[in-house]
Parts: sequence; structure tokens; C-alpha cells
Amino acid sequence: MAAITDPTDEGVGVSQGQRARWWRHLLRDKRALVGVIILSFFVISALLAPLVAPHDPNAMAFGLMIPPSLTHPLGTDDLGRDLFSRLIFGTQVSLFVGISTVSLALVVGVTLGVVAGYYGGFLDTIIMRYIDLQWAFPNFIIAVYLVAILGQGMWNVIAAVSLAFIDDFARVARGMVLTIKQEQYVDAARTVGVSDWRIMWRHILPNATAPLIVQGTVSISFAILAEAALSFLGLGVGVETPTWGLILADGRTFISRAWWIGVFPGLFIMLTVLSINFVGDALRDYLDVREVKEGGA
Amino acid sequence: MTGYLLQRLLGALVVMFAVATLVFFMLRLLPGDPIQTMLFEMGDADAVERLRAKYGLDRPVHVQFWKWLGRVAVGDLGNSIYGSRAAVSQIIAESLPRTLSLASLSFVVALFIAVPAGLVSALYKQTKLDHAVTVVAFLGLSMPDFWFAIVLIIIFAGNLHWLPAIGYTPLSEGLWEWLRHLILPAIAIGTPFAAIIARMIRSSMLEVLQMEYIRVARSKGLLTPRLIMVHAFPNALIPVVTVTGIALGILLTGTVVVENVFAIKGLGRVLIQSILNRDFPVVQGSIFVISALFIFANLLVDVLYTVIDPRIRYD
Repeated sequence: MAAITDPTDEGVGVSQGQRARWWRHLLRDKRALVGVIILSFFVISALLAPLVAPHDPNAMAFGLMIPPSLTHPLGTDDLGRDLFSRLIFGTQVSLFVGISTVSLALVVGVTLGVVAGYYGGFLDTIIMRYIDLQWAFPNFIIAVYLVAILGQGMWNVIAAVSLAFIDDFARVARGMVLTIKQEQYVDAARTVGVSDWRIMWRHILPNATAPLIVQGTVSISFAILAEAALSFLGLGVGVETPTWGLILADGRTFISRAWWIGVFPGLFIMLTVLSINFVGDALRDYLDVREVKEGGA
Repeated sequence: MTGYLLQRLLGALVVMFAVATLVFFMLRLLPGDPIQTMLFEMGDADAVERLRAKYGLDRPVHVQFWKWLGRVAVGDLGNSIYGSRAAVSQIIAESLPRTLSLASLSFVVALFIAVPAGLVSALYKQTKLDHAVTVVAFLGLSMPDFWFAIVLIIIFAGNLHWLPAIGYTPLSEGLWEWLRHLILPAIAIGTPFAAIIARMIRSSMLEVLQMEYIRVARSKGLLTPRLIMVHAFPNALIPVVTVTGIALGILLTGTVVVENVFAIKGLGRVLIQSILNRDFPVVQGSIFVISALFIFANLLVDVLYTVIDPRIRYD
């Protein structure tokens, strides 16, 4: 970005005032507030899992499948491990997979979408044909196929699920770029000789963040559900790590004798996803975004 | 209309061709060697080579590709390499009716929940009732379907003993037996789907209720059930139908996952079992057929769209 200073640089990005307005909006929206509170609990317990968990998640006690009690708030599993502690450690996996999956899909998808929308022509055709093709599969089915090929494991799951979401981000980003590209300030920037790269990332993208933020939030909740489903089906992070989906799959075997092993992991998943959806919905209202598809199938 | 249908059908076939291509190349080009995985990473070099030759994997990729396409075009998806070694098309033909039964019943269940819920929350906008429906819809959307399936089994099969916990009976053995086995999985799959549809019906109904002709009718005191059901609701359905295509992915995904909870040997169960058995021809075949289902369901939705919205003419 050598000699040319960019005179159109001012007023780009999220200002302080905007942020304050968002927090006020959040406090008024009861559902969003509930979402933020629940989500904070999960984030804190994931970060401080070793401190928060009452027991070692892998320590086996003598009591197998003890119903919820004071020492074991959510009971123990078939090997006598404390369910509550295992679920707290499971939070780490779910949140980590959710966030890294969406970050990865966001970076790749947005790059594809912005490049396709900005340059148009042949590049656009190639990229969009691929995106259309991916659109022909339900997201989860792509993720299942990729894990089948790549094999189990944390990074493979992250790669598989994020690849499944790339088309959503690319679509949203491209749509925004096509609109913003027509704006006068983009013309102005081009006229004074600002490089394509800088126009894309400095002038177009910051104005396209609203729908991307909403898409990102929706996608995180679906990524968490997808990871849980993959783990549940035996295609997840692996059997050594306690994940919500894996614990739930264990629980299925014992539903007639120990309902809690099957029920509580699902409640954890539901609460997390619910709180993210609450926040996402408030963001959608606040940012007035309509084009993001709900469901993320 | 016929011209439009033909055109769309042709388009769908092109997409199918592309899907077959992607399914093929993902397996060949991504890191991870199916033959190695098949042998659970334990085969010696000789065994690997023999298997490779057996499945034609030692030939150049483009040769393999045209062979695969040619076979897919005539419905030959290869043979299973696990257990019975049955033809993949045979395995899929057996499982497809189960998946279609389950998916259609789930769709019906979803509509039973979504239509009244969406209408009520639009008509009683911003009341306690509306808020309650919204929160329930959020719960439905956030709930893992496989977990809901387990909760349903605990309640209705484990405690109440009303319904069977697993299995499938074909429709030919009686409607009641079929329904008894499918209703729990259908509720598990249909509920999250219903949550999405209900929210769409609500917002689209709200928009229709703002339209001039409804406002006129309203101002004349004509806000009768007939006005709502005959004049407002069909118009509110139009945008709902378009997004149903996207939401169908959720329905299909739900079927794939929930079949595994209820041990219903449909496409989803076949897919997951074949992955766990490292049976790649079956994995490839079922992924292809599931995508085909999704593509044709979307095509159906698009055609339906032209039927319910007479303003759209494609001739």
C-alpha cells in the first residue's frame, strides 16, 4: 500500500457509537439478553473447565450409573464418570469446533464471494458454478461424506463442516459486493488509484459485514449441531474426547436404565444453540438483514 | 408449462451429472486413501495393490471417472465390498422406500404443527400467545433431532409402552403398523422443520395482512376465518414454498440422522453403516442418491411454486 494514501479512508468500520447502540438494543431485547447470559455461562465454563468441573471427567468412581445427586449433580455414566464434569469439558469441544469451523468457512467463503463479485466474468462463473454445485447437497451430507473420506478427528471434523458452509458465506458476500460495487465511493476510490485489493477489503467488505455477522451466528449454531450429530453417529472428534454428541450416543445404550446420560447432553446442546440463535435473531433485527437463510441446511 | 418442465428437468440432470462428478473426485482427490482405510491401515503393500487393481483404482483418474459416469448413467453403482457384496443399487432400492416414507410423514407432521402455529402467531401478533409460539419455535430449531428422538423413546416407548422404540414395518403390512413405527421418528424430524416453516408462515402472513385488499376487508369488519383461510393464507404460502426447498435439506438431514436412532434401515442408516464398515462403493452410492433426492425435491418445490402462484408464467 505504498505511496498512495487513501483519501476515502475515513468513516470506515464500526464506530464506538454503533457499538453502544447495539448494547442498548440487546438490553431491550429480552431473548437476546437471556441468550448472552446463557452463552457467557458456557464460554466461562469452557475456559475454566478444570476449575469449574467438580470431578475429573475421566476418573471412574465405584458408583456406575448413579442418578443425579449432590455429589454428582447430573449423575454418573456407565463407567462411573461424573456426567456434569464430562459435559463441562464437552463444552470446550463444541464451542471450539463451532467457532473455528465458522471462522474457516468465513475466511474462505468470503474471499471466494468477494473475488467473484468484484471481478465478475470468468472468475465469477467458475466460482459460482462450484458454489451452485455445493448448493445441490444438504450441508450436513457434505460434512458426513468428507469425514468419511478424511477420517475422524478434531481437525478433520472442523475441515469437513467448514467446507460444507463455504457456499453460504460466498453467496452472501458476493451478493453484497455486487450491490456495493455500484456505489459512488467505490468509483471514487478507483479513480484516485486505490488498488483492487484495498478497495475490496477496505471499502467494500466493511460495508458488507452486517449480513456476514448474521450468517456467521446462524452458522455457528448449525456447526455445533453438526458436530454433535457427527459425534453421535460415531463420525466425530474421536472416542477419547468427551463431546456432547458422543456422551449422548453412549446414553442411548442405557436409556432404559439411566435416562440422565441421554437427556442432559442434549439439554446442553439445546441451551447453547438456543442462546446463539437468540443473539443471532437480535442481530438480524438490529442490523436489518433479511437475505440470510434460516436453517442453514 | 411442458417446455418449462422439460427445461427444468434437463437442468436437474445437468446438476446430477455435476454431483456425480463431485462425489467421484472428492473421494479420489482428497487426502486420505480409501483403500488404506478399508484395510484399517493394516494391509501390507501387496494387499493394497491387489485391492487397488480389483476396484480399478490403479488406472488413470480420467479413465476411472468415465467408467463411473457410464455406470451411474445406467443405474449401476457398483457392488458392496462388505458382507453380502450385494449390488449398491439393490441395497439402495431396498432402503429408499423407508426413507421416503419417513420423510413424507415427517413433512406432514411438520405442517400439522407449523400451519396452525404460524397462523396463530401472525393473527395474534405481539401477544403472549405469539411470544410463546416464537420461543417454542426457537426451542424446536435449537434442539438436536437425534436427542429429541431419544427423549421421545424414553417417554413413549420406555415409560408408557405405547409405541415401539425401534424398527420399521412396510405400508403393505397395514397402515396402523406402519404409522406406529414411524410416528416417533417423524415427530423427531418434523419438529425442527416445523419451527422453521412456522416462522416463515408467520412473517409472510404478517406481510399479506398488511396488503390493501385485506385491509379493506378488515375495515369492513370482514376479518372472518374464511377471509383468512381463503384469501390471505394461500398468498402467504407463496414465499413459504420457495424457502421450503432450502429447508428440505433439514428434513433430509434429519431423516439420515434419526433413522440411526430408530434402527430404520433407510438411506441414512445405510450411509452411516457403510462409512463405519469402510464400504466405499455404498458410501458413494448413497451420497449420490441422497443428493439426487434433494435436487428433485427442490425441482418439485419450484414446479409447485408455479402452480400456486398463477402470476408466474414460464411459457
